[in-house]
Amino acid sequence: MTVPVVRMDNVRKVFGEHAALDGVDLEVAEGETVVVIGPSGSGKSTLVRCLDQLEPIDSGAMYLDGELLGYEEHRGGLRALPESRVSAQRRRMGMVFQQFNLFPHFTALRNVSEAPVRVHGKPASEAKLEAVELLRRVGLADKAQAYPRQLSGGQQQRVAIARALATSPRILLFDEPTSALDPELVDEVLAVLRRLAGQGNTMIIVTHEMSFAQEVADRCLFMENGRVVEEGSPERIFRNPRSDRLRAFLSRYRQGVA
Amino acid sequence: MTVSSAPGLEAADRVGRDGAHDVATARRRRRPVHWVLSAVLLLLAAQLVNFVIGNKSFAWPTVGKYLFEPSVLKGLGTSVLLTMVTILLGTVIGVICLAVSLSGYAPGRWLVHAYVAVFRSIPPLVQLIFWFNLAYLLPRLSLGVPFGPVFGSWPTNSLISPLTAAILGLSLHEGAYMAEIIRAGVLGVDEGQRVAAKAMGFNGRQTFFRIVLPQAMRTIIPPTGSQFITILKGTSLVSVIAMGDLLFSVQSIYNQTFEIVPLLTVACFWYLVVVLLLSALQRRLEKRFARGHDREGAS
Repeated sequence: MTVPVVRMDNVRKVFGEHAALDGVDLEVAEGETVVVIGPSGSGKSTLVRCLDQLEPIDSGAMYLDGELLGYEEHRGGLRALPESRVSAQRRRMGMVFQQFNLFPHFTALRNVSEAPVRVHGKPASEAKLEAVELLRRVGLADKAQAYPRQLSGGQQQRVAIARALATSPRILLFDEPTSALDPELVDEVLAVLRRLAGQGNTMIIVTHEMSFAQEVADRCLFMENGRVVEEGSPERIFRNPRSDRLRAFLSRYRQGVA
Repeated sequence: MTVSSAPGLEAADRVGRDGAHDVATARRRRRPVHWVLSAVLLLLAAQLVNFVIGNKSFAWPTVGKYLFEPSVLKGLGTSVLLTMVTILLGTVIGVICLAVSLSGYAPGRWLVHAYVAVFRSIPPLVQLIFWFNLAYLLPRLSLGVPFGPVFGSWPTNSLISPLTAAILGLSLHEGAYMAEIIRAGVLGVDEGQRVAAKAMGFNGRQTFFRIVLPQAMRTIIPPTGSQFITILKGTSLVSVIAMGDLLFSVQSIYNQTFEIVPLLTVACFWYLVVVLLLSALQRRLEKRFARGHDREGAS
C-alpha cells in the first residue's frame, strides 16, 4: 500500500468552547485534488491551517508522507518538535491565503524567490530564473518587477500561487483563494488552479466556487460544525447528496447563484 | 410670472446656453485680507532683520570668530557622537525589549514593563547626575556570582567617567522610548504577513528581520527621527556633569570672555545645522522604506 501524502487522524481543534475541528479524518493520495466545501464557520479553513501547523491541534495526529507532524516519539510518549523542525516540515507544504498575504515591500519576483533563497539556500541567480519561469506560468512574466500594491487582486493571488509553488511543495493548500476577489477576477485565478490540478499536483482546495469544485475535484468533502459530513466523487456529492444538510447547503447555493 | 428673477440677470444667463459657461476660464477670487496680512508680516520681518543686524550685542564678528573654533568643533563632534551611540544602544535595548515581550516568557515581559515605566518617568537630567554619582551608592563595582565568589572588583569612580555616565543615562532613557516606538511599529504590521512567512518555512528570526521589521520601519522612522533630534538637544544636559559637549565648549569660552550671546548663537547655529541634516536624512530613509506602498513607480 502506498503512503498517502497527507493523513489526518481524528483531529480536534478547539477555540474556547467551540470545536472548529471535531474529529476529522482525511487522507490525500499523490496527485489527488481534494476540494472542501461547506458553510462559513464549518471548519474548512481551520482544516488547512492546522495541517500547515499554523494553528496547534488539540488532539489526534497528522502525517506528511508518513512522518508525524509537529511531534516526535520520546520515552514511550510524544513531545513537541523544536520550532526549527516544525519550520522544516512547513517548507514541504505550500499555502495560498484568502487575503494573498504577499510581502508588500518585495517585488513580485522577490516574493517568489525569497523562500527558495533564504529558506532552501538556493543560489540567488538560480532562484530568480525559476521565479521568472513560475511567474510566466501564472501569466505574469511582465509583472516581475511590480510591487503587490500595483497589481490587481487576481494578479496578486496568482503571484501568491507562484510563491507557493516556488519551493516545490509535496502538497498545495488553498484557503478560499478567490473569496477576496472581485467577481470578474475570479476566473483568472481558477484557470491557474485548474491547470495545476491537471498537471498532477497534490492539492487541498477550500472554496465557495461550486461549479469549479465539481469540475476540478477528484474528491469532494462537505464539512459542517467541524465534522466531515459527506465525502465522495464530485458527481456523487453534487448530483446525489445523501444528508439533509448537504442538500440544504447545495440548494441555498443554487438559489444564491441563480 | 412664476419664476422670480434676480435683478440684472438676463434669463439666458440664469438657465445657461450651450457652451456659454466654462469653469476653466474662471478668474481667481481676490482676497484683500491676505494682502493686509502679507503687509503686516513684511513689516514684522523687516523689524526682525533690523533687530538682528542693527543690535550690536549680537556681535556677529565674534560669532564668526568662534564658529569654527577647534574646541567648539570638538564639542560638536562629542555631541554628535554621543547622540549616535545613544540612539544605537537605545535601539538595541528597544529590540531586546521587544523580543523578550514577544517571547511569551512572562517574567521577562514584567521586567520590560518595569524598565519602560521607570526609565521613561525619570528626567534624563536627573538620571545623568544619578549615574555620575553612582559611587556614592556603590563605592566598588564587582563582577561575580550573586552572593558567591567575586572575579573582579573596581572602584566605581574609575569606571564612571562623565562619558560613561552620559552614555548610561541617555541610552537607558532612550531605550525605554525606542522599546515603545519599535513595539508600536511591529504591532502595526498585518498578522497575515507573519502567518505567510511562517507557512513558507521562515524561522522566527528571518520572519522578524526580513518581513516584519522592514514593514514596521515605515512607522518606526518618523518618531525615531524626532527621538534623534531630542537626544541631540538632550546631549546639552551632559554639560552639567562637566562633559565636553557643544554647549560645554561654548560655556568654557564665554566663562572667560563673557561674550555669552555670541557664543550661544554659535551653539544654536550648529544644533540647527545638524538637525536640518538629520531631517533630510530622515526623509530619504522614509522614501526608501515606502517601497511598494505607492501604486506608482516600477511596473
